[in-house]
Amino acid sequence: MLEELGTNDQGDMIINVGPQHPSTHGVLHLVITLHGETVKKVEPHLGYIHRSIEKMSESLSYRQFSYVTSRMDYLSSHINNHACALAVEKGLQLEIPGRAQYIRVILDELTRIASHQLWWGALAMDLGAFTPFFYSFREREMINEVMEETCGARLTMNYIVPGGVMFDLHPDFQKKVKIFLAEFKSKIHEYNELVTGNIIFQNRTKGVGYISKENAISYGMTGPSGRGSGFKCDVRKLHPYELYDQLKFEEITEEGGDAFARYMVRIREMEQSMNIIEQLIDNIPEGDFQAKTKAVLKLPKGDFYSRVETARGELGVYIVSEGGTTPYRIKYRSPGFSNLSALNDLAVGGKLGDLMATMGTLDLVIPDIDR
Amino acid sequence: MTNEELKLKIEELLPGFAFEEGTEWLTLNMEAEGFKPFALQLRNNESLKFDYLFCLTAVDWKTHFSVVYHLTSTDIRHTLVVKVKLDKNDPAVETVCDIWRTAEFHEREAYDLMGISFTGHPDLRRLFLEDDHVGFPLRKDYEDPINMIKL
Repeated sequence: MLEELGTNDQGDMIINVGPQHPSTHGVLHLVITLHGETVKKVEPHLGYIHRSIEKMSESLSYRQFSYVTSRMDYLSSHINNHACALAVEKGLQLEIPGRAQYIRVILDELTRIASHQLWWGALAMDLGAFTPFFYSFREREMINEVMEETCGARLTMNYIVPGGVMFDLHPDFQKKVKIFLAEFKSKIHEYNELVTGNIIFQNRTKGVGYISKENAISYGMTGPSGRGSGFKCDVRKLHPYELYDQLKFEEITEEGGDAFARYMVRIREMEQSMNIIEQLIDNIPEGDFQAKTKAVLKLPKGDFYSRVETARGELGVYIVSEGGTTPYRIKYRSPGFSNLSALNDLAVGGKLGDLMATMGTLDLVIPDIDR
Repeated sequence: MTNEELKLKIEELLPGFAFEEGTEWLTLNMEAEGFKPFALQLRNNESLKFDYLFCLTAVDWKTHFSVVYHLTSTDIRHTLVVKVKLDKNDPAVETVCDIWRTAEFHEREAYDLMGISFTGHPDLRRLFLEDDHVGFPLRKDYEDPINMIKL
């Protein structure tokens, strides 16, 4: 590849962005063909942090393998663990206690809010606004403290295990979550005033990085990125797991298909997540937080596929079991991977400066793509 | 559409497939020959409309490979799993990246890590590993003397 860098015979300039670049949020390497300032082609080069999690998982037991998935999409580690637990529970045909279901859903939604907060701050910083980053980290810290007390970790939780959750909630959990909700309600308004309504921000995101609904489906773009193009792909609605079929919440879609539409989906989703937590936080039932399981889990022969909605889209865990104590083959269908595959389509024809807005609103997390 | 209805529908349109029993989603096994026209039918037929390929992966069964396609219809909301059996020595199947564009990256990943060649793919190169890497790590017979790939 290196000898091709420079210019090609049509006078187009070929430049590298990354693997170490602030706007790629991790080690993503893009080779961009530019005609003047117009993007003609974007080619992602992956693998800088490929750890072969799928191969590793083949020699880990059904209790162990979910721990490495916290290192995939590290901003949704709870939800990744949840997907693994669901796949194993599907294989064992295990019913999990109500208390564990409530805890799982509340923590999933807190994770989603925390992830969107970080995305919001980082996107604004990509576009040259520095203040939002501090605003979002201020509120995110409150969620991290709740997580730390209950799970013992701030990033790689490993709290959701097959059969339920690992420990019971911290006594202060409900109180602190309620304080957070009350605080953050007013803060979303602040977010909107600071960034959403800002004319510079709107000019830089409206009409940028457009993708149609048909293409979004064809590329498998899910999560807020897909819903920004009007693709109804929320797994919580389509294939409800845990309590989601009993909860009242709205699936947010926008029709714009551009960077601003994807932005609005995430902002509005934070409100829906708070809504979900409010429905659950006072009603957590008493009882066990973990179902009784054997010390060594053995899945029957067959295929088990679980789908969950992470902060970035649809995560699929596909376990092929041969009846042993370790999976025969595991595939993680990560949302970031499919969303990235659409990047070329989104960026072509736009300007180089707009690429940052396009990539920022795809909300890429590179370890999720590389696995 | 329920699994039974979908099964009848597919048997009516394209007879002669082996279906698996007791699976969550309707699962059918087939050979690589004739896969491409079948895949086109799956997407284009008005009563099937599988427009969303949500997972594409490959499994090494030691005696053969299989490529697994998870398909769903965003309109009719039914799901189908297609498993294509490939030869051990020369695993090759036609690309579907002109049918579902997400397949372009997924097929490159399957080529990179499992060594499945997708004929007709516009840009079949390694995705994660170096271009000069030898071997396919997700295969069961892969050995790496330097890097730890198993625990």
